[in-house]
Amino acid sequence: MKIIVCLKQVPDAKNVRLDPKTNTMSREGVKSIMNPFDEHALEEAVRLAAEYGGSVTALSMGPPQAGEMLRGAVACGADAAVLVSDRAFAGADTWATTYTLARAVITLGGADLIICGKQAIDGDTAQVGPGLAGRLDLAYASCIKKVQEVKDGVIIAQRMMDDGYDELEIPLPALFTVVKEINEPRIASLKGKMKAKKVEIKVLDAAGIGADPKLLGLAGSPTKVDKVFAPEARGERTMLTGTVAGQVTQLVEKLEAVLNA
Amino acid sequence: MIVEVAQQITNEKVIPCRAELDETEEFPREILREIAKADLAGLYIAEEYGGYGGGVFDMVLAMEQFARGCVGVATSFAASALGAYPIILSGSREIKQKYLPPLASGDKLAAFALTEANAGSDASGIQTTAVLDGDEWVLNGTKQWITNGGEANFYSVIAITNPEKGARGASMFVIEDTDPGFSYGHKEKKLGIRASATRELIFKDCRIPRDRMIGRQGSGFITVMKTIDRSRPGIAVLGVGLAQGALDEAVKYAKQRIQFKKPIISFQAVQHLLADMAIETEAARALVYAVAAHIDAHPNNMSKASSMCKVFASDVAMRVTTNAVQVLGGYGYMRDYPVEKMMRDAKILQIYEGTNQIQRNVVGQELNKEYN
Repeated sequence: MKIIVCLKQVPDAKNVRLDPKTNTMSREGVKSIMNPFDEHALEEAVRLAAEYGGSVTALSMGPPQAGEMLRGAVACGADAAVLVSDRAFAGADTWATTYTLARAVITLGGADLIICGKQAIDGDTAQVGPGLAGRLDLAYASCIKKVQEVKDGVIIAQRMMDDGYDELEIPLPALFTVVKEINEPRIASLKGKMKAKKVEIKVLDAAGIGADPKLLGLAGSPTKVDKVFAPEARGERTMLTGTVAGQVTQLVEKLEAVLNA
Repeated sequence: MIVEVAQQITNEKVIPCRAELDETEEFPREILREIAKADLAGLYIAEEYGGYGGGVFDMVLAMEQFARGCVGVATSFAASALGAYPIILSGSREIKQKYLPPLASGDKLAAFALTEANAGSDASGIQTTAVLDGDEWVLNGTKQWITNGGEANFYSVIAITNPEKGARGASMFVIEDTDPGFSYGHKEKKLGIRASATRELIFKDCRIPRDRMIGRQGSGFITVMKTIDRSRPGIAVLGVGLAQGALDEAVKYAKQRIQFKKPIISFQAVQHLLADMAIETEAARALVYAVAAHIDAHPNNMSKASSMCKVFASDVAMRVTTNAVQVLGGYGYMRDYPVEKMMRDAKILQIYEGTNQIQRNVVGQELNKEYN
């Protein structure tokens, strides 16, 4: 089974600051980490490859420094790492990103299975996983919390829902995204780190993935950000006291007052 | 790289459960498994036996991190290495092939058994005997305070094989936990390092195959001396890691604790205390690193340097942890904060693997020889 796992380098949320004037994230001096959901995607890919046989390729689109994160992925068990990197990709929204990643996957000869984290902690859109599946015309499921079995070209998995889980049969080739509950990512081993130090990270640019320049980066992104702002804190808080029955009466009165206003 | 891996294990796996392990006195098997999964179990074992092929320095780097988290966990890790060193240093190829690979993979644990009721600082008081009967050695006696006792799969045990020959009449053997006539006695309740297991080993006509002897007959004490020369920097570095952990807690607390409307770190009385803790910790670290590098260069004599670093770093750990409790004041004395455990854990470092008084004897005797 050929598995590709998509990884994104994100700023470490613990240290993120917003520029008070522009309301955009100030990335300067902020440590970059692997998107935490993607760590679980990587772990699941490595685990599945070990259990069912196959290889894991870690794929990331990002600036050259994302190569370090990909080395980390190799240290945690990925067999190979590919960085899709070109100045032309800058400013890409999820539409242009999925196009770029889809071209990269095709360039790599496709995959039986692609695993992504359910979303990145910086953009929080949760669109790249399903978008990539759409572009590649793959079976797709989000928020997988457990892979029960892979057999006869089908993955049997559990999709997390608010009130339980769905059991799914996903035919391969497929793409699924994972939630944190799926596994506990391993700590990179000493041998893994030694391998990662020597591994060659394959870098593909826009020409290397045969991409149409018009569909890349800012130019290929239909999303336009008009304004970024922090929502103002809302209203005052009132604590109701007294007996439960009394509190309910007070609450109903207050709600009625609002509705009738 | 070793530091990075050990650091991550310590931060993610050791620190979150150290208080519970201390409270329940539970052996940290899960953490040792994590250490093995990260390839650190065989750090000191040669590559041909499945290890990383590292030296004392590599061990010291990893153990410093573990001890920063919990000396009980670090001791359990170190005790397995202590049990393996006699095999590494004096064992035959067959013994190495049999016992080292499962240690390197982390599937098995080892322990070192020297101490007896009447043989503590005076190792010549050993009363456990081994008598050859046909093709088997028959052991009788009791070892006490054996770290990893009851948890390890095999033990490097010293026993008297010829009572008339004194120090040359002792030999080392590998005893497996399933050997007939071998059983475990009392499990100790301790002041500190409560996650580590300390237990009696009882040999009652314990019969083992003849080829379980480590090294030549009568070479037991030489093997013990060679082993502890190499392992003492490991104990010393537990002191360094522990002191660092206590310093980290003390500085963190002093920055956020407000008294007289100021963080207490702004008071010189506290600052100087913290400064001395930092200075001593750094000095201990420098000495231990230097001695570890010295030992890895295979000098003829390493006893003096090895003893010096054990004494210095363990005394530093005792002072630094005591002062960390002082900086945290009443909170420091409570189990809600980690420093009281650190202070309890520190004391053993001045006692085990040769008390600091014995270490000073070693240094003194070496000086006496040098200045002839």
